[in-house]
Amino acid sequence: MHYIGIDIGSTAAKVTVFDNEKIMDNFTLPTGWSSVETSRIIKNRLEDGGIEVEKSKVVATGYGRISVPYAEKTITEISCHGEGVKYLLGEDVTIVDIGGQDTKIITLENGRVTDFIMNDKCAAGTGKFLELMANTLGVDIKELTDMALEGRDISITSMCTVFAESEVISLIGQGTDRSSISRGIINSITGRVNSLLHKQVRKDKVFLTGGLCEMESFILLLSQKVGVKVETHKLARYAGSIGAAILAGNLE
Amino acid sequence: MRPKVMEEVEALRGINSVKIKEAHEEGKKIVGMYCVFSPSEIALAADAISVTLCGTSQDPIEEAEKTLPRNLCPLIKSSYGFAVTDKCPYFYFSDVLLAETTCDGKKKMYELMGEIKPMHIMNLPQTANDEDSLEFWEKEMVKFKNFLENQFSLEITDEKLSDAIKLMNRERKALRELHSLNSHKPAPLSGMDMMLAQWLKGFNVDKEAGISIIEKLIQETKDNVSKGLFAFDESAPRILLTGTPIGVGSEKVLRALEEAGASVVALENCTGYKGLDVLVDESKDPITALAEKYLSTPCSCMTDNNGRLDLIGRLCEEYKVDGVVDLTWQACHTYNIESYTVKKYVQEQLKLPFMQVETDYSDSDTGQVKVRAEAFVETLKI
Ligand code: SF4
Ligand code: SF4
Repeated sequence: MHYIGIDIGSTAAKVTVFDNEKIMDNFTLPTGWSSVETSRIIKNRLEDGGIEVEKSKVVATGYGRISVPYAEKTITEISCHGEGVKYLLGEDVTIVDIGGQDTKIITLENGRVTDFIMNDKCAAGTGKFLELMANTLGVDIKELTDMALEGRDISITSMCTVFAESEVISLIGQGTDRSSISRGIINSITGRVNSLLHKQVRKDKVFLTGGLCEMESFILLLSQKVGVKVETHKLARYAGSIGAAILAGNLE
Repeated sequence: MRPKVMEEVEALRGINSVKIKEAHEEGKKIVGMYCVFSPSEIALAADAISVTLCGTSQDPIEEAEKTLPRNLCPLIKSSYGFAVTDKCPYFYFSDVLLAETTCDGKKKMYELMGEIKPMHIMNLPQTANDEDSLEFWEKEMVKFKNFLENQFSLEITDEKLSDAIKLMNRERKALRELHSLNSHKPAPLSGMDMMLAQWLKGFNVDKEAGISIIEKLIQETKDNVSKGLFAFDESAPRILLTGTPIGVGSEKVLRALEEAGASVVALENCTGYKGLDVLVDESKDPITALAEKYLSTPCSCMTDNNGRLDLIGRLCEEYKVDGVVDLTWQACHTYNIESYTVKKYVQEQLKLPFMQVETDYSDSDTGQVKVRAEAFVETLKI
């Protein structure tokens, strides 16, 4: 039996396939402009790989979860991330998920989600913010996080993306070096995450999921800000889809 | 199953907006009020009708923002918007307004609103835990009484006050009994219907008629319980909703929770149970009794507001609550700050899951509110 988890986020869609108890495949693709279209591409791709989607159990999550017609159930990304991290790590942690359009902090206790906070309505502190700022500096996100490590510890004070962008532009105008500006940009995100973390019953272990977990420099800077070593896993970007696939396995 | 009387309850909206016009044409005086701190008994004792003008709809907000800042609590903007647009018949026909110095936003908005209609402002003390506060608040009661006596050229006797107190206590008891029906597991009424029935009390031109509809609703709901007919099944997680007031037009969080499969069994907010918990003592001097009752309102405008925690604790136990949701309007400092205290209390003392949702009246974050509601319900179910 195949259990499939599909996590359609605002920028990327993540898919995990379990063959009974074991992960058999993980893949990701850009969400693009239509999540309905994305979910169709995913289905084709799964079928090309020899998986009979109609005969499998499918759970969809993420903001595009309602656009997956062949999913048996939709479950929110909060529960799926919790389930996925429990699988990857097997211990209680506080999960930080920096997504495209929101940042979530999720507390796992005895393997269950007991608390969560979401930061949204505004791009500040999200992946979108980082993407926009990287564009302004003319680099990609990986380069931005690496440069930030070298920079001076300055801060970008505007919480609003639009104002933060003009702040960055004026820093460029003043001749501030790009590393320090990058540092300021990262600081504004890690600072936001840090204050959200403090509203939570904090565990001593912080675990990062989402696309940023592949950026070592970012993890280093986040650890410095939070004051504990932030952990992650090579499959952490798939935490949501892994969780969805596991929950698909619990269906029946 | 939804009680049939709910249709009559819903119809009250239309009926009351006609009745208010008729009452005005018959020369009845109408006092518009904004808050659970407002002693409607004094208005009733002046042979006037008291109505609640608290804005719960997004509609007039754009108009209000021509004058008020955008980053202000939507309830304040909506209330002001109705005042400047003549879109609310209850405001339109009000002869005088009663306001209180509750939160800063309301207080300053009232200064502008007071230019539209005659307004009396009661100076609400900032704490209830002080002997002087009660004495002060009693004097404020007397000032409001004097204001109405002057405006309407009549005398408000103690006898009239006692009658009004008895009437309002009867209304409170009926609404309290209605609310307590949902302590049954599963709940016989949806939170949406409960909200509607509780909220509409503020518009009842004819108090007696309003009370008798509530009594009918109680009867039918009790019959439903004995027949085993409920609004939700046993497995629906039971939620207590606390925080800022809600009404028709600002019920989106309540709706999202119930659409996600929860049964909202208790409304602790001031449009729900908050004002019903304490009755006015009928054996005391009417003014003293009124002052005591209203000062005891556990609203976040007061410091401290531990009475709210106590009330939440009691309701959670009585209603067998599985989780607490704190709704706070954007830019409402008092509730947003207090949410931290409530969270700690609920998680650490009551050992229950807690979620705060901060939003406004618009539909701009419907998706996000839905995710939160669904996720919270999921955590309660597993
Ligand atoms: S929340 Fe407090 S100030 Fe606002 S209407 Fe209710 S009782 Fe009045
Ligand atoms: S919700 Fe908060 S800001 Fe709005 S009127 Fe009530 S106390 Fe004031």
